[in-house]
Amino acid sequence: MIFINQILQGVLLGGYYALIACGLSFMFGVMGVINLAHGSLAVVSAYALYVLADRFGVEPFIGLCVVAPLMALVGWALQRLVLERSARGGILVPVLSTFGLSIVLDNLLFQGFGADTRSLAPYIGDLSYDSWSLTDEIAIGKLAALTMAVAIVMLGGIQTFLNRTLIGRAIRATAEDPDTVGLVGVNARRVNAIAAAIALATVAVAGAFLGMRATFDPYAGATQLIFAFEAAVIGGAGSLWGTLVGGVVLGVAQSLGALVNPQGFFIAGHIAFFAVLFARLFLGRFGDRVRIALSGAMRA
Amino acid sequence: MSASKAAVERWTPESRIAIGAAAVILVVLALGPSIFSANAVDKLTTLFIYVILALMWNALVGFCGLVSIGQQAFFGLGAYAAIRLANWGVSVYPSLFLGALIVGALSWPLSIVMLRLKGGEFAIGMWVVAELAHLLVNLDTLVRGETGTSLIELDAYASGSRRALTYWCALAAMTGLLAIVFQLLRSPLGAAIQAIRDNEEAAESIGVRVASAKRLVFTLAAFGAAMGGALWVATALTFQPKAYFNPLWTAYMIFMALVGGLGTFEGAILGAVIFFAIEAWFGAMGVWYLVGLGATALVFALFFPRGFWGWVEDRTSLRLLPIGYRLRLASPTGAVADRPKT
Repeated sequence: MIFINQILQGVLLGGYYALIACGLSFMFGVMGVINLAHGSLAVVSAYALYVLADRFGVEPFIGLCVVAPLMALVGWALQRLVLERSARGGILVPVLSTFGLSIVLDNLLFQGFGADTRSLAPYIGDLSYDSWSLTDEIAIGKLAALTMAVAIVMLGGIQTFLNRTLIGRAIRATAEDPDTVGLVGVNARRVNAIAAAIALATVAVAGAFLGMRATFDPYAGATQLIFAFEAAVIGGAGSLWGTLVGGVVLGVAQSLGALVNPQGFFIAGHIAFFAVLFARLFLGRFGDRVRIALSGAMRA
Repeated sequence: MSASKAAVERWTPESRIAIGAAAVILVVLALGPSIFSANAVDKLTTLFIYVILALMWNALVGFCGLVSIGQQAFFGLGAYAAIRLANWGVSVYPSLFLGALIVGALSWPLSIVMLRLKGGEFAIGMWVVAELAHLLVNLDTLVRGETGTSLIELDAYASGSRRALTYWCALAAMTGLLAIVFQLLRSPLGAAIQAIRDNEEAAESIGVRVASAKRLVFTLAAFGAAMGGALWVATALTFQPKAYFNPLWTAYMIFMALVGGLGTFEGAILGAVIFFAIEAWFGAMGVWYLVGLGATALVFALFFPRGFWGWVEDRTSLRLLPIGYRLRLASPTGAVADRPKT
């Protein structure tokens, strides 16, 4: 029974990973940029919500109405000031510049808030600990369920937006070929800035859930980046629904690993990541061989 | 312009002087422990380790185009391997080198998987490698989790001879790695590696064996970072996994390579010296020092991606080391024009 509970909790944890990976995966899929400051920006959002709640008594969910648009503006600025210029220097420069940015953000947070860990849990009342009991041993936390629901709505919303709206189609077209879209009247610079703004708004939401479900400190960004990256790669980088699957795989692996060893939580997550990578390497070749054999057989 | 007046040259008067000066500096440095104060010897040992780290990251990124945020994996594993071997009874100084060799050997199979990742995915993928290596090292009872351990076998040496031996080990490792990278860049393989950085598909199309060339540089960079970690534990004596597997080490490497000059041999050395000086002046400022390092790396990445030495190379035809070839043409007016070629 503990086994089933652990899997269930892992699935729900996967909802959080999908949430944090959403912006990273979206930016990578659309703009081909991996933003290494992604985790740090989520932590910045969590601190912003913490300040609103602590100093001004604004509840995190209401605070998000302020912080998400602000982070969207940050995304716009990030694209215009850093990513656009970096991308001109080749595919390596964005990695270096966003890593530099993450070091600046982490240490500024440390300077401003010190080493104490913070949490948004005290500001959301009983949502942080309430749960529905299914059996004596299995309970579903309300916050975890809400996280999963928000992840599904957000991923689905972005997918629909990309498929159905004019600007969504412009974003996908720009991802395909930024030079050619100019010929049909799309302003690629503007489209990329909008995409970055959307990505960072999702980062604000992820930051809110990071703060509500656990504690965070100024250097928590690196871990968030790594979890987001693992979820995105396991799910197939750039694919939004894949990101949800990736998050769930990561969450379940970690929950099961935690049963084996106290450090097993992290180790199992990383091993799941490498296992998927290795499988793709090996099965990819295997798949190629099958395809070649089949086409050979068909010709014969 | 007649063909007879054109010549391809590698050695120039400046590069002869530079190599001569480097030889003199090396001889002086080799006598270091008997000339310099104890404090200066310690400082120079640190500088040598920085040069190793900058050189190795620069080789990986500047020459091969592989940005890794996970070189702290090898730095930490190098230190751990030295401690592990010394604990098993291997003589302590040989264990520094042997440990680095083992880590380098292990990085070869790792490269087969990791090099399948491209660009930013490779960069963070290496970070995951570092995290996993950190967690696995913590499982060794010798390390005692985050509490860490120390290289107690070094206590067998008196502090004076320990200082001198560590210094010579660092100097030897730095000189050896500089020589390896120097020879590598002068060889046809060096040209192949830089071709991969500039355009992988084009390089492959003219017959460069991309996969094996990348693997070789990856392994060399892993060995070098492990060597740096092993030497660091010999100077610091204590080993706390969190301090060694910290991505800040990669941030330092990026800073040195980027500010000195990405993709230039001289730039790595210059970057290490600049970083060493900045750390000496501003290191005590703590958090603001780190903010400054990150901001400088960001500004250099955006506005001066070729760093200080790249700036010098772009504006003057100065090449201190005979690595590339250059074409010397006699112009119609009779003046000699330099055309550096890297």
